[in-house]
Amino acid sequence: MIEVLSWIGQALILIGTFFYFLSTLGLIRMPDVYNRMQTSTKSATLGSLGVIIGVGLWAVGKGYSVSWISMTIIIAAFILLTNPISAHVLIKAAYEKGIPLWHGSVVDKYREFLEREEKERDAETQAASQAGTQGENDAGEVRT
Amino acid sequence: MTPMYVYLLLIGIAVVLSMYRVFRGPTAVDRLVAVDIMTTLTVGMMVLYALYYGRMIYLSVALVYAVLAFAGVIAFARYLEGGI
Repeated sequence: MIEVLSWIGQALILIGTFFYFLSTLGLIRMPDVYNRMQTSTKSATLGSLGVIIGVGLWAVGKGYSVSWISMTIIIAAFILLTNPISAHVLIKAAYEKGIPLWHGSVVDKYREFLEREEKERDAETQAASQAGTQGENDAGEVRT
Repeated sequence: MTPMYVYLLLIGIAVVLSMYRVFRGPTAVDRLVAVDIMTTLTVGMMVLYALYYGRMIYLSVALVYAVLAFAGVIAFARYLEGGI
């Protein structure tokens, strides 16, 4: 019965290594730093989930203690939480540095967001300056 | 039971393939992306080694390595951004 856990763990490790291979393939193949980051991070996260939880199941199947599986779940949850954060910070650094997009990329949502934000800020400053001048006029009228 | 070094060999091939982008990448962020992926692969290899030697204490090494790699990648990204 406990042999089944070992087989499931090995199958998970094989799937995880396959996704590792896909992530490095995307890292080599993709034309742009943004595309590379997306493909490699997503599939590496999924592959590490498979490998680490598969190791926990395999250890239980080999007859080790059950705390292996809790420890591996902790490591997997940590990687699942931190890997997208590091990818996001990296790609934001790349965008701030001004690395251009690939010529075939059509959508740049972050630039649209920045433009919209700048427009809103301009409208706010204009409204504030108008209100400020009006307030000064009101104050002047009160003084006179 | 399949020998363990098959999986270690597969992950090692993936590490060598991502080394290509470290040497070849046009910008610094490309290299940092490749190093980030290599740390993720290294955590997987460390967990497999822990099962190979049958010691649970080695899993803690993998966890600490994951924490330190995350902090290092964040620090390097802030440096490239011009924050530090």
